[in-house]
Amino acid sequence: MPRVAFTGHLRRYLDLSEIEVEGATVGAALARVFERQPKLRAYVLDEQGHVRQHVSIYVGGSQIVDREKLSDRVGAGDEIYVLQALSGG
Amino acid sequence: MSDRLFVGTRKGLFDLRRRKAGWDVATVHFLGDPVTAILPGPDKNFLAALDLGHFGVKLWASEDGGGHWEERAAPAFPAKPEGGDDPHDWTVKAVWVMERAGAVVWAGTLAGGLFRSMDEGRSWTLQRALWDMPERRQWMGGGAVHPLLHSIAIDPRDPDKMLVGISTGGVYRSEDGGASWRPGGQGLYAEYMPPERRGDPVAQDVHRVIACPAAPDVVWCQHHNGVFRSTDGGMSWQEITAIKPSKFGFAVAVHPTDPETAWFVPAVKDECRVPVDAAMAVACTENGGRSFVVLSEGLPQRHAYDLVYRHAFDIDAAGERLAMGSTTGGFWISENGGASWEALPARLPPVACVRFA
Repeated sequence: MPRVAFTGHLRRYLDLSEIEVEGATVGAALARVFERQPKLRAYVLDEQGHVRQHVSIYVGGSQIVDREKLSDRVGAGDEIYVLQALSGG
Repeated sequence: MSDRLFVGTRKGLFDLRRRKAGWDVATVHFLGDPVTAILPGPDKNFLAALDLGHFGVKLWASEDGGGHWEERAAPAFPAKPEGGDDPHDWTVKAVWVMERAGAVVWAGTLAGGLFRSMDEGRSWTLQRALWDMPERRQWMGGGAVHPLLHSIAIDPRDPDKMLVGISTGGVYRSEDGGASWRPGGQGLYAEYMPPERRGDPVAQDVHRVIACPAAPDVVWCQHHNGVFRSTDGGMSWQEITAIKPSKFGFAVAVHPTDPETAWFVPAVKDECRVPVDAAMAVACTENGGRSFVVLSEGLPQRHAYDLVYRHAFDIDAAGERLAMGSTTGGFWISENGGASWEALPARLPPVACVRFA
């Protein structure tokens, strides 16, 4: 199963740890995570379901392409990494 | 008179108390997080809106007067209809103002949505009657990419009567609790627009709109092009040309019981946005805008580049204490209607909003 990891910055607001979930796409895997962590959804996605402007998601070391429908494929051994863009001050 | 102030800043919420030695910071909440709007309330129910930047807009509530806070639901748009030519994002990028009428809480947002909560921020509903007006398609960003609904004036005599202000988009009035709206703004003018559109109510960049609580038909407006006053609840406006030392600014404070008395914080217009001659000053009228006095005792008069944002100026319910915070973290409190000011002994982050508790 894909493993999902989060930036430490998010742990400032939510109690998170790496988890393994089922899912063949980024969207499907994250949906499983959000079932366990309902508050997390609004931190990662906006109300239209798109990845927030200043959040980045990597799969296997590459940024995902589809930030709106989250249709990038993930394999069983992939790690999905959710991090914030390095902006702000 | 209120002995407590909440100050929302770029780096947290500051709880200020007045003690024998004077005003000082008592507690800091959300240190490091931008606080864009605060709403003190009765029964120690307080709300605070945060803009976490990376992670979006969040709403926190306290039921014990600001001691303990818990996260609640932030206002959010429904799914944007696919296709179509709607020019606006259907996402809440910040909560810019919250106001209360009994058990109802209203929130104005960037990019333009008005939301209502009947359960202290546990759930929110987009006010479709305003959002679906054809005029909304013409709203624009004013200093930001997206339009901003920043002012919500609710008639204390009848909370179904409301006026909202949008930068840019003008003012809109509802007589039925938000079920229907009509544009107000007759008499406002926009120098930045093409000549044929200068008087268009939908093109007006109102910076802040505040009604007098005791006489809510009287409304004061700091507009991009000057100061205006309405005596018919915002439908028509008269320009107040006596304002000095300049007619540009953002912040407005209106006396709670005297509709003739209001305060402004003028700045050099448009792109510069610093105090005139780099000297902090507050302009006050006590005669409906026929004349103003410039109040500066206790305010920095040399090399002061503080801008006071639209929500960073407040007056207490007694009409005696005024407080304002600036973009460079300056903070001043007056206990005599602005005649003299004292600086808070703190160096705050940039101040977004100020509310007396």
